[in-house]
Amino acid sequence: MNAAVSTTSAKTTDPNVRNFQINFGPQHPAAHGVLRLVLELDGEIVERVDPHIGLLHRGTEKLIETKTYTQAMPYFDRLDYVAPMNQEHAFCLAVERLLGVTVPKRGQLIRVLYSEIGRILSHMLNVTTQAMDVGALTPPLWGFEEREKLMVFYERASGSRMHAAYFRPGGVHQDLPRQLVQDILDWIDPFLKVCDDLEGLLTDNRIFKQRNVDIGIVSLEDAFAWGFSGVMVRGSGAAWDLRKSQPYECYDELEFDIPIGKNCDNYDRYCIRMEEMRQSAYIMRQCCQRLLNETGPVSAVDNKIVAPKRGEMKRSMEALIHHFKLYTEGFHVPAGEVYAAVEAPKGEFGVYLVSDGTNKPYRCKIRAPGFAHLQSMDFMCRGYMLADVSAILGSLDIVFGEVDR
Amino acid sequence: MDETLRELGAHIAEALPDAIDEIVVAYGELTVTVPGAEVVKVLTFLRDDPSCRFVSFIDICGVDWPKREKRFDVVYHLLSPTLNARIRVKAETDETTPVPSATSVFAGALWFEREAYDMYGILFSGHPELRRLLTDYGFDGYPLRKDFPTTGFVEVRYDDERKRVVYEPVKLAQEFRNFDFLSPWEGPDYVLPGDEKASAPKAG
Repeated sequence: MNAAVSTTSAKTTDPNVRNFQINFGPQHPAAHGVLRLVLELDGEIVERVDPHIGLLHRGTEKLIETKTYTQAMPYFDRLDYVAPMNQEHAFCLAVERLLGVTVPKRGQLIRVLYSEIGRILSHMLNVTTQAMDVGALTPPLWGFEEREKLMVFYERASGSRMHAAYFRPGGVHQDLPRQLVQDILDWIDPFLKVCDDLEGLLTDNRIFKQRNVDIGIVSLEDAFAWGFSGVMVRGSGAAWDLRKSQPYECYDELEFDIPIGKNCDNYDRYCIRMEEMRQSAYIMRQCCQRLLNETGPVSAVDNKIVAPKRGEMKRSMEALIHHFKLYTEGFHVPAGEVYAAVEAPKGEFGVYLVSDGTNKPYRCKIRAPGFAHLQSMDFMCRGYMLADVSAILGSLDIVFGEVDR
Repeated sequence: MDETLRELGAHIAEALPDAIDEIVVAYGELTVTVPGAEVVKVLTFLRDDPSCRFVSFIDICGVDWPKREKRFDVVYHLLSPTLNARIRVKAETDETTPVPSATSVFAGALWFEREAYDMYGILFSGHPELRRLLTDYGFDGYPLRKDFPTTGFVEVRYDDERKRVVYEPVKLAQEFRNFDFLSPWEGPDYVLPGDEKASAPKAG
């Protein structure tokens, strides 16, 4: 306390020292989108961070209230646009819980497969661009090649590289072609090699370690109180992963490990993300092998919720009526409220859905992990140097689509 | 699952008899309704009680029910990593009654309360800086209220003559379409045209 007072008085008496206030962003490559940070600096030491967000606010929650459940689903692709299907997943789980629908096993396997693709997409982007923020140019060039291949897998399943709209309440939209499952399986081993190459670039890199080790330390207690989740709490030593602790879909039948950190800093979070990518690849391999051997429906067969296929619609009157009703009016969801959360790549992505029994959500609150992480910028950056701000921001893994909604 | 949640609910009700209005377990989730003024007391108990340990803060949001006397629900979601359980705390309020801020209990409540204020105009007493968060600088109104139109009131465009962005009232080329999809076969709560004759006394 006394020390703090004396430094302030020393500061005010020295006429050559004054505090600076600078704007970081909204157009800054290390701001990962449209973030405006107002930084108050004492020399190069950060004294206060005031993030201004909302530059990408599109009113998603309001729009969802005016759409049917089917029409609301594609908005979730546009939240965290780095891992679109993971968001859809949370919404589908919430709707399914209200409806009381169960997803057939093959549908669950496809969902898990594509959720893990989403996790690799997101971690690959984050790890490599965070490395770029601290000065390395090669990792994004190597990593984005793999992302490109994964987006092709997205496209081959859903017809779209990013805005997939592939998960539907009750299952997924279409079955996967056998060749696609085989191609995903064949992609895994070369990918693990790319992970090794990336680690070779970064893990023992002197500059990378100087910029990340012991930077952005957050204790587990603080992490929970600030609403952190996902890699941010695992980096602080909590063995907490919704895929293990509150398993949804068929995660409890799959084998994978949860890496956790112990130094609570940027570097631990980087190591966790690298290991999680490998674990995701192992999960994908298990899913692919089961998808190649097992057959079955990919979606619930209740035609009051899941629309019939187009070929069927052309031949059956019953199917035509269902198709018409589902694509105009949509299905009605029983009144009630649920909170469904998934372990999205960035943390716990939750959907709080209030239904009043009609065909439109009454309220759909989107709980984005990035929102909780970004608000702690002030708490995490205080006392660090200006150059650490971009390293910490990169390590928080922010995507503005989900922060601003 | 439901049984453990009911036990947990009974434990909370026992510890805080005068601060709990209602405890419901539905869809495998525990919901505790509390009076607005008791929010901080309940949240502190949930965080610190050794058999609760809801230390992980998840979410705060508002829900608007315009027909109700107290139109807003403030909904808190918490997670207990030790119990592996979630809880939802709900409090009712209106446009003028502030709810005590949860920032003293959970540091992470800062932005979530700002967002609820921004979107619904829900007031939180004791919040260090209750200002708008997501909407535009100088925005007027509370967009997630049910009486706020989805299209909003103002739109922006770049004015080439004045060399700046200008705000203008919204002009819609086509009226915003919002269809009534409540099926007459599934019992809406209004009388269908012609149905009023059914109860009318028959002539002759």
